[in-house]
Amino acid sequence: MARANRPVSRRQAWWLLAGALAAFLPLTQQVPLWLALAAGAAFAWRAALTWRQWHLPPKWLLVLLVIAGTVGVFMQYRSIIGRTPGIALLVVFLALKLLELRAARDAIVTALLCYFLVLGQFLFTQTIPTALLSCVTVLITTATMLAASDDRPAPQMQLRRAALMLAQAMPFMLLLFVLFPRVQGPLWGLPQDRYTATSGISETMSPGSIAQLSQSDAIAFRVDFKGKVPPQSQLYWRGPVMPAFDGRTWSIRQTLGAYPDVPYPVSGPAIEYDLTLEPNGKFWLFSLEMPGNLPPDSALTSDYQPISRQIVRNRTRYAQRAFPETNAGINESRAMLRDALALPSGGNPRTRALGAEWRIRHGEDDAAILVTAQDFFNRQLLIYTLNPPLLGPDLIDEFLFDSKRGFCEHFAAAFVYALRAAGVPARVVAGYQGGEVNPVDGYLVVRQYDAHAWTEAWIAGRGWVRIDPTAISAPSRINTNLAAAVPSGEELPFLARTDLTWIRDLRYRLDAVTNGWNQWVLGYNPQKQRDFLAGLGLGEPDWRSMTAALAVLCGVVLLGLTAWTLRNRRRVDPAFAAWRRFTGRLAAHGVVWHSWEGPHAFAERAAAGIPTHASDIREIAAQYARLRYAPLPEDGDLERLRERIAGFRP
Amino acid sequence: MFATLRHRLHESFVRWAVPVRAPEASPIILTQRRVYVLPTLAGLSYGTALIVILLGAMNYNLSLGHALVFLLAGLGVVTILHTFRNMALIAISPGRCEPVFSGGIAQFAVVLENQRADARTSLRVFIGDGDPVEIDIGAQASTIALLPLHAPRRGWMRVPRITIETTWPLGLVRAWSYVVPDLNCLIYPAPAAKAPPLPWSGDTSRGSSRDGRGADDFSGMRDHQPADSPRHVAWKAVARQQDGPLLTKLFSGAAAQQVWLEWNELPESMDTEQRLSILTRWMLDADAAGHAWGLRIPGLRLAPDNGTMQLTTGLRALALYPDGTR
Repeated sequence: MARANRPVSRRQAWWLLAGALAAFLPLTQQVPLWLALAAGAAFAWRAALTWRQWHLPPKWLLVLLVIAGTVGVFMQYRSIIGRTPGIALLVVFLALKLLELRAARDAIVTALLCYFLVLGQFLFTQTIPTALLSCVTVLITTATMLAASDDRPAPQMQLRRAALMLAQAMPFMLLLFVLFPRVQGPLWGLPQDRYTATSGISETMSPGSIAQLSQSDAIAFRVDFKGKVPPQSQLYWRGPVMPAFDGRTWSIRQTLGAYPDVPYPVSGPAIEYDLTLEPNGKFWLFSLEMPGNLPPDSALTSDYQPISRQIVRNRTRYAQRAFPETNAGINESRAMLRDALALPSGGNPRTRALGAEWRIRHGEDDAAILVTAQDFFNRQLLIYTLNPPLLGPDLIDEFLFDSKRGFCEHFAAAFVYALRAAGVPARVVAGYQGGEVNPVDGYLVVRQYDAHAWTEAWIAGRGWVRIDPTAISAPSRINTNLAAAVPSGEELPFLARTDLTWIRDLRYRLDAVTNGWNQWVLGYNPQKQRDFLAGLGLGEPDWRSMTAALAVLCGVVLLGLTAWTLRNRRRVDPAFAAWRRFTGRLAAHGVVWHSWEGPHAFAERAAAGIPTHASDIREIAAQYARLRYAPLPEDGDLERLRERIAGFRP
Repeated sequence: MFATLRHRLHESFVRWAVPVRAPEASPIILTQRRVYVLPTLAGLSYGTALIVILLGAMNYNLSLGHALVFLLAGLGVVTILHTFRNMALIAISPGRCEPVFSGGIAQFAVVLENQRADARTSLRVFIGDGDPVEIDIGAQASTIALLPLHAPRRGWMRVPRITIETTWPLGLVRAWSYVVPDLNCLIYPAPAAKAPPLPWSGDTSRGSSRDGRGADDFSGMRDHQPADSPRHVAWKAVARQQDGPLLTKLFSGAAAQQVWLEWNELPESMDTEQRLSILTRWMLDADAAGHAWGLRIPGLRLAPDNGTMQLTTGLRALALYPDGTR
């Protein structure tokens, strides 16, 4: 291959630099600053090399730089395998490869490195903008490959050809995407850094932790209800249950799945839905209270929190049935109830006294205490706000009696504390409340700012009863949404605001597109593939039927493209075409035209053969000869010839 | 060892691949049956890279990674078609080949015609292991590729197998085809480096009639005749009077006499090739000096004359000796 050894031309060098930049720029955020700067310097060096036509740096220098880059990456991450270090190493190689462009072979290697970096980008984000951006990168890289093979065409021609080829590759991509038998990863152990921290409800709840979440409009999950969307006040999405309290922080106690299936008898009408959960980096699955079934590969803790067996690292979709009228935990164990009564020793004397007073007033009647407690919360005129004052050590007392301002975690904590002080088993439940229906695609979208905390109290004969103390003081939080409940003027996440209708409208559309993207493109996993293909009528799709369908359809596309390949667009001269029609008619009468025969000579022969049309034949031949051989044929000659021939009937 | 094996395999492939007995009737059309396509080294690396990307996309469950690798795989298929299309249905016909002296480089002209409405880009045409000639063919146009080949022996040299290949547009696959057009080059004997002086045969030719036309002294001009040597055209005079007739300079001198170049005058000890070589040298010398010369070799007698025609006929006779003598 003499060609592979040909030196890289200036134009090719510019192309390679452009391709490398297109691949590197989207990743600048993901690599350490020193590497971004070093890569920038290498790119600038390459530009100077090309522009000034300097000599390439010596090989030993490049080897040193590669070693330095690798050591640098190792120092940064203490590893050179895994997602981020791998990307960083690729950036090192790409930047240095550009300084080593000796032959066309190096150009191919550079282009391949660019494609790898596009994949690297997807490790961090796979949104629609990312996809569009990487389309640009692939286009430029492909044009770079074209230029590496033939650098003469102008840049826009290279881009156009690259676009044409990629457009022709599209049908293959679509077919492969839909039909290529998918395998559920990982194929081997994932390095732990694959997942970065995601915000969301955590294992603990302390004052301010949920208020902090309310500043995020990130999506927690989306819900596709089979029937009508239930009223907002019923949408309690159960998450971590927190019975343990240390005086400031509530936390979960159960991390193990106790029940592989729902342990309580369900009752009442069911609500069916599909929930698409965004990765949360925890074991949390969220279900509408109370779940009547469990998602695959999950279990229920002893306090009825659905948890996954694996950390939720990918967007997952599961089908659920909820039974809101279910009474769960009627035969609750003593140990669980003991946990639900525990209070730290000391602190919050006023609330303790209040609870003791309730107990004395109502004797053994826990249900009456519950009503009294709700009544008390109502009379205290507590204010629901995103900006509660900072509280001291006796934070329950301060909230209930002094500041009276708090967010849902204050309400839930105070309510449970008061009930426990009165001897009623109670616990905090964290999760999400409400959600917003997107009118465009009908999905209910639950965002981080819908995070909420409520309480459960155990009443003999009724089991665990949900009480939402926030609803007592700020019913609009439950019935409408966060924006309706907090005092106006408090800072809300942009998307939670309700005053800008057109923005909301736009957001609905964008979110519907994003959801469609997530469901159909990013969520196209083996399960979804089977469902989709079964829906298309490919009964019981397995890898064999998929491969067969793939082969057939790819073959069809290939045939179409091959037909285009071999199509021989030969322009036939219109005058000659007319002449061939004419001679064809004469051939039917036994006078065959030979390709070497001039029109006049042929006309004489034909006129002798068919004397009845002699003059017609001569005139047509003369017209044709003029059209072919006259220096300046007149306008309309061609039309006249055509008409004459069309009317010629020997 | 591997090189030999590779060469042998290649040769047996070629024998299978060029099904028509050479030389082929022209124009030779590169139909789809005659065009072979295989990935290049770059193409193999591309395929390997795609597999690695696919494994990465599977491992990390990256839907867009799948999309990327499928798009690139599609691009790989499309580039096969483009490369193939760049080659398919080119019509190849033999051009001409100017005769050269043995030991020189023959330039075989091959005409490549593109009947399609879009251009062919970056085709490489070469003979055997020779240096490739890179050509483009415009839309509905034709291009002539001049293929150099060392000419070791006098006589007719048939053009060997010609390879046409292209890796355009992405360099990932190579499409190629073999053709053997009916194209021959006449190779003249190499002129001897050291040759005896022109064999003036004694007194008759050495006469000194002043009106004889020779090359020594300028003696006037007359209208150009086709047989006159281009060396003697009065280019300056032609340039002065634009569009005027060509004029030939006349010379007078002793050299105006004719010389016979005789096979039999050369020593008995010389073999055929040496004789032909010396005769060639003489012929060239006589022509350069503007002498009229005649040739006598076994089977052929060429009457004395000068000019290009005479030289061409003489050299052709020597090149094809003993077959080409009439």
